[in-house]
Amino acid sequence: MKKEISFLLNGERRMIDVSSSEILLEVLRDRLGLNSPKCGCDRGDCGTCSVMINGKTVRSCLILAIEVEDQEVVTLEGIMHNGLTPLQESFLKHNSFQCGFCAPGVILSTTELLAKNPHSNKEEIQEAIAGNLCRCTGYSPIIDAVIDLVK
Amino acid sequence: MAIENQFDYVKVKNLDEVFGVFQHYKNPVILSGGTDVVEFLKSGTLQPDVVIDIKGLDFLKDIRLGNNILWIGAGVTFNELIESEIINEHFPIIAEMSKTVASVGIRNRATMVGNICSAVPCTDSGPILSVYKASVITVGMLGERKIPIEQWFVSSRKTALAKHEIVKGISIQLPDKKHAGCFTKLKRYNGEDLAQVNLAILAFEDYSFRISFGSVAPTPVRAMRIERLINRMKLVPELMEKAQQLVEDDIAPITDIRATKEYRMHMAKIMLERGLNAALNRLNSGGPAYGKSVI
Ligand SMILES: Cc1cc2nc3c(=O)[nH]c(=O)nc-3n(C[C@@H](O)[C@@H](O)[C@H](O)COP(=O)(O)OP(=O)(O)OC[C@H]3O[C@@H](n4cnc5c(N)ncnc54)[C@H](O)[C@@H]3O)c2cc1C
Ligand code: FES
Ligand code: FES
Repeated sequence: MKKEISFLLNGERRMIDVSSSEILLEVLRDRLGLNSPKCGCDRGDCGTCSVMINGKTVRSCLILAIEVEDQEVVTLEGIMHNGLTPLQESFLKHNSFQCGFCAPGVILSTTELLAKNPHSNKEEIQEAIAGNLCRCTGYSPIIDAVIDLVK
Repeated sequence: MAIENQFDYVKVKNLDEVFGVFQHYKNPVILSGGTDVVEFLKSGTLQPDVVIDIKGLDFLKDIRLGNNILWIGAGVTFNELIESEIINEHFPIIAEMSKTVASVGIRNRATMVGNICSAVPCTDSGPILSVYKASVITVGMLGERKIPIEQWFVSSRKTALAKHEIVKGISIQLPDKKHAGCFTKLKRYNGEDLAQVNLAILAFEDYSFRISFGSVAPTPVRAMRIERLINRMKLVPELMEKAQQLVEDDIAPITDIRATKEYRMHMAKIMLERGLNAALNRLNSGGPAYGKSVI
C-alpha cells in the first residue's frame, strides 16, 4: 500500500509518498537526505537511529514511516537551526566523541533529559543515555560534558 | 533491513473501525508502540495483510485510580507509568519495574499492554501483574472479557487473547492491607538488557507475601510453595534457607544465550532473599528507596 503522508520535519511541513512497509529511518536518510540518524543495529538496541517524535526520543529503526503522518519529527539537524546548542558546545569542549557515530543519538537523548529536568544528576544522565551505545569513548567524557553544563 | 512483506495500514479512530478491519482481512496485526511488531515485520515472523495502528485511540491512554481500582489503558507507555503520580504514590513497584525495561527511547513507545501481549518469558510486566492479581480487559464484537492474569499467560508468546479481540487495558485492585514490594531484575550488565531472572514481591502488614518469578519458565510463576511456607512467619535465617531451597521446586529455568540454568537457579535464590528483605524493610518504612537495585 502506498500513501502520501504529511508531517512536520524539523519545523517544515513535508509531504512524501511512502509504502506502508517503509521504515522511518530509511525514509529520513535515503529519501529526505537527513544523515544524522544512522543505522547501527536495526533492532532498537543501540540508539544511533534516534529522532524525536512530538518531543520524545524514539528509535526510528522500529517505526514505520507511515506512522508519523501528522506528527512532529525532529532530527539532530532540527535542533541546531541557530547554531550549536549549549549542550553541543559542552560536548565539544570536553572532546566527548571520537568517531561520532553515536553522537546524534546521545545529543538527542541528553537534550530530551535536560528539557525535562535541567538539574539532572549523574545517575539520571547515565540512565538517559543507557540505550545509546558508544564504541569509542567509555562514556566518561560524554557524562562529564553534561554534568559540566547542569552544575 | 527492509520489510519484504506488503500489507495495508489503517490508523483506526474508534473500536468499530477495528472490528470493521478485522472482518475485511485474513491476517490482521495490532500495532501499538511497535517495539516488538516492527522487529517481527522485518524478520518475517509476522506477515500480516493489514497492520492496525491503535495509537490514535485516545481513550486507551488513561492511567486512573477510582474505588481503589487502578486502570492502565492499552496505550500507556512505560515512561508514562514512570512519570505518573498515581503509580509512584500507590504502586511504586510498577515504576521500579518500568525503569528496568529497555531504554528511554524504547520506553517512550513501548506499552505495558504490548509487553504482555508479546508474552515472552522474560516479560518484566508479568511478575508484577501476577503479584497484584491483575486482570486483563479485552473487547471483541461480542463484548468485554475480564481475564485473570494467571489465565492470561498460556505459554511462551501465547496468551488468552481471542481472535478478533483487542486489549483495552489492565485493572488492578489496590490491596486494602498496608503493604510494600520489591521488583528485582538480574541482567548481564547495568543499562538496557533483558532479564536473566526477574522477581516481584509484595509483603503485607500481616506478614503474608506474594512472590512471582519471571524468565525461569515459559510464563511468570507464582511461587506458591514458598508463599505457603513463609506466610505469617518471622523470616529467621533458617526459614529463609528453607524458602531458598523451595525455589528449586517452584521454578524451571533453561539455558539460553543470556544465562545457564544453573546460574539462573543460583541467582533466583539470592534474589529471593534480598528481595524479601528489601520488601520487609520498605514495609517498615526503612530503605532501600524504590528504584534502587537490590542485586
Ligand atoms: C531494544 C529493546 C529492549 C527491550 N527490553 C525489554 C526489557 O528489558 N523488558 C521487557 O519486558 N521488554 C523489553 N523489550 C520488549 C518491549 O519493548 C515490548 O514487549 C513492548 O512492551 C511491547 O509494547 P509495544 O507497545 O511496543 O507493542 P507492539 O510492538 O506494538 O505490539 C506487541 C504485540 O502486542 C500486540 N498488541 C499490542 N497492543 C495490543 C492491544 N491493545 N490489543 C491486542 N494486541 C496488542 C501486537 O499485535 C503485538 O503482537 C525490549 C524491546 C527492545 C526493542
Ligand atoms: S539502529 Fe535503531 S537502535 Fe540501533
Ligand atoms: S564516539 Fe564512536 S561510537 Fe561514540
